Amino acid sequence: MIPILFFFFAAVAIASGIMMIVHRNPIYCALFLILTLFAVAGLYVLLNAPFIAAVHIIVYAGAIMVLFLFVIMLLDLKSETSRQRPGGLPRILSIIMSGVLLAELVLFLRSGTANLPLVEGDLIIGSTKEIGNLLFTEYLFPFEITSVLLLSSIIGSVILARLKLK
Amino acid sequence: MLFNFATALVFLIFGGLFVLLNLGISRILQARNPHPVKISTYECGELPEGESWIQFNIRFYVVALVFLIFEVEIIFLFPWALVFKDLGLFAFVEMMIFVFILLVGLAYVWAKGDLDWDKPQSVPAPELSQSYEQKEVTETVDS
Amino acid sequence: MVEGIGIVLLKLAFVLLFVLNFGGLLTWVERKQSALMQDRIGANRASIFGIRLIGLFHTIADAVKMFTKESFRPVAAEKFLFTIGPGISVFFALVGFAVIPFGDVLIIGGKEINLQLAPLNIGVLYLFAVAGMAVYGVVLGAWASKNNFALLGGLRASAQMISYEVALGVTIIGSLMIYQTVELQEIVRWQGGTLWGWLPKWGVLMQPVGFILFLTVGIAQSKRVPFDAPEGESEIIGYFLEYSGMGFGMYMLTDFVETVMISAITVTLFLGGWQVPYLMADGFHFPWGATWQLENWAVALLQVGSFTLKVMFFLWLQMTIRWTLPRFRYDQIMRLGWKYILPISLVNILITGLIITLLK
Repeated sequence: MIPILFFFFAAVAIASGIMMIVHRNPIYCALFLILTLFAVAGLYVLLNAPFIAAVHIIVYAGAIMVLFLFVIMLLDLKSETSRQRPGGLPRILSIIMSGVLLAELVLFLRSGTANLPLVEGDLIIGSTKEIGNLLFTEYLFPFEITSVLLLSSIIGSVILARLKLK
Repeated sequence: MLFNFATALVFLIFGGLFVLLNLGISRILQARNPHPVKISTYECGELPEGESWIQFNIRFYVVALVFLIFEVEIIFLFPWALVFKDLGLFAFVEMMIFVFILLVGLAYVWAKGDLDWDKPQSVPAPELSQSYEQKEVTETVDS
Repeated sequence: MVEGIGIVLLKLAFVLLFVLNFGGLLTWVERKQSALMQDRIGANRASIFGIRLIGLFHTIADAVKMFTKESFRPVAAEKFLFTIGPGISVFFALVGFAVIPFGDVLIIGGKEINLQLAPLNIGVLYLFAVAGMAVYGVVLGAWASKNNFALLGGLRASAQMISYEVALGVTIIGSLMIYQTVELQEIVRWQGGTLWGWLPKWGVLMQPVGFILFLTVGIAQSKRVPFDAPEGESEIIGYFLEYSGMGFGMYMLTDFVETVMISAITVTLFLGGWQVPYLMADGFHFPWGATWQLENWAVALLQVGSFTLKVMFFLWLQMTIRWTLPRFRYDQIMRLGWKYILPISLVNILITGLIITLLK
């Protein structure tokens, strides 16, 4: 049952990921991205990490994508806009960046996760309580740093938004 | 545990089926009588002009930004709420620092006025008695 | 395995019927209660063979109307999204009920059946995630209509919903700190005991401020009066402006299902869920020492009944609020969410944490 579900979610994630890239209307692109996020959340549940799955949906699908939709509507992107291909420097840069990503992916697959041993049985490390325990003992410092990061992002984004307004 | 999530998945599927079934049945049953006026965009009886996807106030965007930051903060509060009793005063103080730093962010947005929405401006009321009398006069003339 | 799947399907049917019946019934309650409060007679014309049953058949008449009425789509509208927008809305309102516990354990033929569809170990987070998804039905429907009024209404609605989602998350934290779990069945079981031997240990006593804040935020999240500025029919007409027939019906159903949802969550988190005061797994144990033995099925029945009654009470309360208060202005709504409820609930967390830490 679990392999079937895994391949189902994986197929949905990849298919909607491809659709996100090729679709012309930016709103539909955003919706396909949401579908991808849901499928990935399903994969997290299969990996016994329900908390991460919930967070994935709450933060990515529920908050970031709402922001994306707002931006798409705010910038008033027509379906025509996405037909223009970026030329010049942005194009070269994006090709280089995707090349780097691809190389990274291949490297990781060859050396890292694919060689890890399979863990059997019901793990509880993904539960909300366990994550809380780890977060407030072992990973306390990164957690506190996060708050500063969030503070700087809130102030920075508001300033940028106001600059755009003027 | 996975069985419970499978149950939830089945519920999601049934919920989706319910929605599709309703839309499907109504599509079969409903009357279909389109008319160019009926299916034009509603604009209080006027013909719509120009593009309807207008640019909207940037304030909506700012609210969504602030919302995103606080959503991330809440995500950190959930696991903390479950374990702070066992971890004692230390974890409690840590979270208070975390919340305080974010409150500074809220205070900043608040002070800058990004949480304020347009209030209706109070217009000085016209002198009622006068205009009322005038109106009455014209009415009597008309009749 | 087959038995397990059968039980799951039975529970699933029960949950769906429970929610949809209440949702449908609310269309009638809304009219009849408003009529009573305004000294009118209200809906009473629908009849089957001359039987009117105080207008109850209006729910059926409404459904028939929604199904058969022409639901026309403006030529300018984005076809696909316009059609599924209301569906997305109903879907995310509906699926939250998967984690709501309706009762404790029912034993049939030696098999224990948990009267909760899916006891997920992320219960409250699941609800929170589902509540966050509700934005999409609104904003997509509004955008796909290609209408100025609808888009403006949709933006207002989504800005209000995300603002109150923040407040919602923070208000829940206070009670989670007390329960120390996010699983809803365990939260309800925690509320089973008594304080000083006689007072039921319900969440509302532990978190009175959290309870009031949560109810307020819940009503605001469902965009009903007094928080219904996004659909204010006299000003901007709202995000479902272009919808008719089934599309409109689905947005309306979303409203009612969300009302039931808020009642159910409030009852589960703050009013002891299915708990009946002094009722244990084997019967009543009154504080003055008397006991009354009950069979397991009777206990389960009482629990489900108690849950239903409490939910109905909150439905009544929400309807009363809906027909009593006038609509808030939009700037008032946003101010209440960000500048009052959010800071108050953060202070609530602080005080709760201090008390728990000191009492320990």
